[in-house]
Parts: sequence; structure tokens; C-alpha cells
Amino acid sequence: MQRIGVFVCHCGTNIAGTVDVKAVAEALKFEPGVVVSTDYQYMCSQAGQEMIKEAIIENKLTGIVVCSCSPRMHEATFRKTAAAAGLNPYMVEIANIREQCSWVHKDIPTGTEKAIILGKAAIAKVNLNAPLTPGESPVTKRALVIGGGIAGIQTALDIADAGFPVDIVETKPTIGGKMAQLDKTFPTLDCAACILTPKMVDVATNDKIRIFSYSEVSEVNGFVGNFDVTIKRRARYVKEDICTGCGLCTEKCPQKKVPNEFNLNMDNRRAIYIPFAQAVPKVATIDPESCTMLKTGKCGVCSKVCTVGAIDYNAKDEFITEKYGAIVVATGFNPISMDKFDEYAYSQSKDVITSLELERLMNAAGPTGGTLLRPSDGEHPHTIVFVQCVGSRCDSCAEKGKEYCSKICCMYTAKHAMLIRDKYPDTDVYVFYIDVRTPGKNFDEFYRRAVEEYGVHYIKGMVGKVSPEGGKLKVRASDLIDGKQLNIDADLVVLAAAIEPDKSARPLATMLTASMDTNDFFTEAHPKLRPVESPTAGVYLSGTCQGPKDIPETVSQAGAAASMVIALLCKDKLTGNPCVAHSDEMMCNGCSTCEKVCPYGAITYIDKEFRMPDRTTKVRRVAQVNEAVCQGCGACTVACMSGAMDLKGFTNKQIFAEVDAICK
Amino acid sequence: MQNKKELQKEQILRMSGVNPRKCMRCGKCSGTCPSYDEMEYHPHQFVYMVETGDLEPLMNSDSLYKCLSCFACVDRCPRNVEPAKLIEALRLTVIREKGKNHLKSDDIPALLDDEMPQQAIVSAMRKYSK
Repeated sequence: MQRIGVFVCHCGTNIAGTVDVKAVAEALKFEPGVVVSTDYQYMCSQAGQEMIKEAIIENKLTGIVVCSCSPRMHEATFRKTAAAAGLNPYMVEIANIREQCSWVHKDIPTGTEKAIILGKAAIAKVNLNAPLTPGESPVTKRALVIGGGIAGIQTALDIADAGFPVDIVETKPTIGGKMAQLDKTFPTLDCAACILTPKMVDVATNDKIRIFSYSEVSEVNGFVGNFDVTIKRRARYVKEDICTGCGLCTEKCPQKKVPNEFNLNMDNRRAIYIPFAQAVPKVATIDPESCTMLKTGKCGVCSKVCTVGAIDYNAKDEFITEKYGAIVVATGFNPISMDKFDEYAYSQSKDVITSLELERLMNAAGPTGGTLLRPSDGEHPHTIVFVQCVGSRCDSCAEKGKEYCSKICCMYTAKHAMLIRDKYPDTDVYVFYIDVRTPGKNFDEFYRRAVEEYGVHYIKGMVGKVSPEGGKLKVRASDLIDGKQLNIDADLVVLAAAIEPDKSARPLATMLTASMDTNDFFTEAHPKLRPVESPTAGVYLSGTCQGPKDIPETVSQAGAAASMVIALLCKDKLTGNPCVAHSDEMMCNGCSTCEKVCPYGAITYIDKEFRMPDRTTKVRRVAQVNEAVCQGCGACTVACMSGAMDLKGFTNKQIFAEVDAICK
Repeated sequence: MQNKKELQKEQILRMSGVNPRKCMRCGKCSGTCPSYDEMEYHPHQFVYMVETGDLEPLMNSDSLYKCLSCFACVDRCPRNVEPAKLIEALRLTVIREKGKNHLKSDDIPALLDDEMPQQAIVSAMRKYSK
């Protein structure tokens, strides 16, 4: 027979406001096994915990029930308290009389009645509890960062700085991500390349960091501390270790008409290319879609001009498998497609561009060498209209656009407008806005400077239609403050397109069993208190894969994710969850149903010899659970037809005892 | 009096199926409206004034009949507010009170066109007498 202590918490007025806690403690005194039952104002406080410890020692308790808040809040606290008093922490049960009782009921009699029932159920369970000891699993002291933009770069550098090896997997031929495509950065107007490329060089020269560029994650197995990840290294047809990045092949390649995705297809590159001058790794890549040699077998110019013999037309995709202790997701974002926004004539006129395209048009390494020219005729634009919130803040039922605010557009538009007015003072710049959202250090000051010092025309209202007419763009818009409809003849229209998570994020989330929201942003373990962890243990989030954010915020989140990874990799062993599945071999009929439903691959079948009553031996097929891999989801216990599978800490018997106590 | 106004507002919202609270006041409807210059009250004002219950000026204004029912505002509104449907409901409310349409209902079938929103034809009945 257990000796059980019951502790009822007031939680200030959170519980005591709707539940008569004294009556609850009194009523639970007479339940089977209960030897002491008491109430206290804040059970989670130091004094409350001391009270529990003393009661455990004094009354030689073998189990306790704490009637308090959700186990998500304080189960860990009370388990520690019990352990400190010498009690097995898995002999603690929480009756949730706050979230599931006092907060959802209005009157005291109902609340009290329900609290007593919940308390009885927990007592019934503790009566059947058995002490559990968690297993331990080793930690592979290596981290994987998926995505090589500024988020991935910063996370990798910080982890490597603590002395742990890190691998970066990047789908593009080079790391650098979106930041490498930007011209200047707000609010300081630093040149993006000038602050990013030193970090890229740091990554390249750090002997703790390996870069798998032009690669993708194709399979993830295992669990926190022990992930097995298969990385697909796509064939780049150039030997990475031999290529010197001299660029001769990229000059001689006769295939000149390949749209250059780095410049958002506004100019062309060759079939063999290095995305940009500071690429890391500085290695050429052959685009198999465009290469004449790979398509028809006739050309081979790059191979002839290469002085070191780095070209390999027979290269094949390679798969490598590596072990990791932690995985950081840093898959980033893309601007949404403007195809559905016909009213802005994006597909009709080359002079309607997105803000990211404008970055390339203003960048010294861009298609125009940094001179702002209209894509259609190469003339200087004199009237430029910026449209904010294109595809952001849309209704959830709208066919186009996203429901959320993309967060970065207000600031980069102010930056573009300011830079244009600074460089070309004869240009008229209009910004149509719904709200200007500039929370952030020195952000509002920056926007005000665009208005006050640079004379950018900020107009509250929205552009309704853009029509290309006679080489101009007729912009029809509303000025809500003046109560006018404006018709502007613009030379260039820039759309602040909403941003969305990279398309690779969803299949990756499936591989990682990490959760996502409806917009495909990764969900954090707690929106306020655990912002860089995924609910899946060992998976961390960095940058825009978690939600729209600017560079300063991305870098701070990257550092935070790195510190979480470092804290994990510092440990030699991880304590597992002892509430795992267990198969009763005598009852198992070897049907394999549990093996099929297990989402973690924790169950295997073995042939085992059993001694029969007549002293013969018989070989039977039985299920075996790998306790290190089992996450305790309970799917197998439900699927098991012979009732052999049970979940430690949540056995069928315990659950039925709880149900019986509630229904009594 | 207050009750009558509230009732009328509710009727207009129910008739149109529009929820003016969804409006984020971007003004794209008015930025796109081809009849803007003809109107005393503009599409975004219709949405705002219905929400605040300021119906009288709208119902007495010629702007009601200047709306072409071209549905550009409905098509482009990022929040799916559908101002043209709201304006149509206001027009209908006025007609119901005065009891006169500008077009005979028998003439409507001949004017039907697959390309045109059905509601545009219906609203034409309230506006034109050709």
C-alpha cells in the first residue's frame, strides 16, 4: 500500500478564487492510501516546496499528488522537490485544478467538486505508480546547420567558437543567402557585402566548420543527441577540392544565355558559373539544365581551359551520412510570387519590379553596375513609386497574399527611397503606405530622416492600379489624408512583396518531425520563453524560417540558437524519458502491428527462445523496444491487439484507475 | 431613432454580407475606383461610415449612383471587404424606402452576360433607366 501525501495549491486567487481549496484538501484526506492532505498559498514557492519535502520525510511518503496548475508548468519543479526528499520523481502526480478547473469554471461549488474529482483520479493513479529510472543516451558532439544565409552562418560561427564541429548544408552553390544579394542595410546603411563577406570568409577558414554547398538534407533519423542525417551532395561537375575559382571557365563557356538567378534573372550568366565574386566556396558549378556538353556531349570548352583539370562531366550525386547531436534549421525566406497581383502589371512591364530586384539594380555588382536604370530601356527613372504591403496583411480567405505583416518592408523601402534621393536628387520618390511600422532601435528616426531630410513623398493610401502606357507607368492611387485620387506617371514602380518561408521548409519539417504553422513558418517551443527551440527535442530555429525578421534580429536569434546547441553539446550524456513503451514478451503474439505504427522506428522484432512448461524450448517472434529511441507517444499500446504493449508511467491499468475514480 | 439606425445598419450588413470591421483602411478601393472623381463619398468612406453608423449622408448622396459596380474594389481589396457589395446594399435600402427602380425587371434577362458579375446587372436596375 502506498503512503500518499496530497498538496493543494491556492495559486493566489487563480485557484482559490473558484475552488474551495480547504474543502478539497479535507475531502481527499479519506482517499485510499492518503496519509496527509494539506493546502498552501503557493506550492511552487520555496516555502511550499520545503513543506512538501518535510511531509515526505516525516510521513515516510511513497507518492505525492500536487493539485495545482498544468503539469507543463510545474511538474518538473515538483519532481525535483520529491527527488530532493529521496522520493522517486516519477511517484509525483499533478492534478491540474487550474487550467482544467478554476480557470474554466465560474462558481465555487462546481469548481470545488471538479477539483476533488481530479484529485481522486490522480490519487488512484499514484496508487499504481512504480518508481522509474530514466535511461541515458550519449551525445554526438557535432551540430548540423541547415541553410547558409546570415542566420546559418552566425549560428555555425558561434557553435564553432565554442569548440564544437559544425556542418552547414546549403542548397545554392555558395553560402551567403539573401543578405549577399542586398545592396545596403538599414538603419546604418552599411554595405551588405562589406559586413557579410568577412563572416563568410570566417566560415571558410574555420577548421571546425565544413560547408556542404549545392547539397540538401535527404533523410533524418534518430533523436536528440543522436541524429543520423543523410546529405545529398548534388553533382556540380567540378571537383571542389581542385577548382581554384579562377573563373576562366566562366568566361570561356559558349552558353551565354542562362538567366542569372543571383541577379533575379535580370541578366545572364554562363552554364558554368560562380554566383558572385566573394562566393564561398569559390568553386565553379555547371548547371546541367543549360550545359551543352552534359546535354549533347558536344562542347567541353570548360574542361579544355581549366588549367588544373577540375572539370568532371561524369560526376554523380553523392550521399553522405553523418551523426549529429543537434540540428539548427535556418532555411530562410523568399519574396512571394507577384503573378496573382495583375493590378500592378508586374508581368506586363519590366519596369514594375520587386524590392529585391531593386537591390540588385542598385548594387555595384548587379546587372547595371550599380547605376539605377529602368530595366525596359536603360534610361534613368525620374519618378519612382513604391507600393508597400503587396501581399502582406491580406485577409485569410483572400486568394492571394499572406495574412501576416512581413515586418522588413517598411524599413527597406525607407532605405531605398533615401538612397535614391541621395544619389539622384532630381528623382521624385513616392511611397504609398497603409501604416509605417518602424519599431526597432533607430528605426523610426531612420524613416523620419527619409521624409524630413531626403524629401521622400510618403502618402497614406494604396495604389489601386498600374497600367503601362506609352513607355510610362500610369499609377492610380488614393491619398486618404487629402481625400484625393492621384494619377502619377511613373518611370519605375517598386513592389514591397511579402516574404514567405523557403519551399524546402515543409519537407524538411516532415523529416525532422518539427511542427509548423499554417504559413509554413517553424513553430517555436514557447512563443515567449523558448523562442529558438522547436518542440522537437534537439531541433533549433534560426532566422526567418521561424517568422519574418530583419538582419539584427536574425543575428541575435542565431546566437541564441547557437547557445542552446552549445549547452546541449557540452553534456556527455542526456537523461531520457523513462515513460517509454515496454512489451510483455509472454503476451506478445509477434503480429508486427506496433512496429508498423511506431513513428520513431523504436520497435524491432527478434526471435527469442522460451522455455515451455513441459521443459522444451520454443522460438517465438517478439517485439523489442529501443528505449533510447522511444518517445513515449503510446501509439503502439493502442495498436497492440494482445495487450502486450504498455507505456511505463501511463499503463492501461493506471489510466483505467483514473477513469474509474472520475466516474465513481 | 437610435434603434432604427442600428437596425438599418444591421440590415445593410446582412444584405451585403460585408463585415466592415475587416477593413484595415489602406484605401486601395479608392485608389482603384474609376468613378472616384464623380463621387462625393468614396469607397473607403462608404465602408468606414457604415461601420460608424453614419448612414444618412451616404443614403442622401448621389455617390450611390456613381458607383459603376465594376467590382474593381472587390477584386483588389486585400482584406476581402467587398465595398461594391456594401454600396449595392445601401442603394437597395434607398430604393426600398422610395419604392422605385430605374430599370424594368423584365428587361434584365436580355442584358445578361456571362462575363459580368450578376450583381452588376442587379445594381444597374437601381441606377439606370435606359
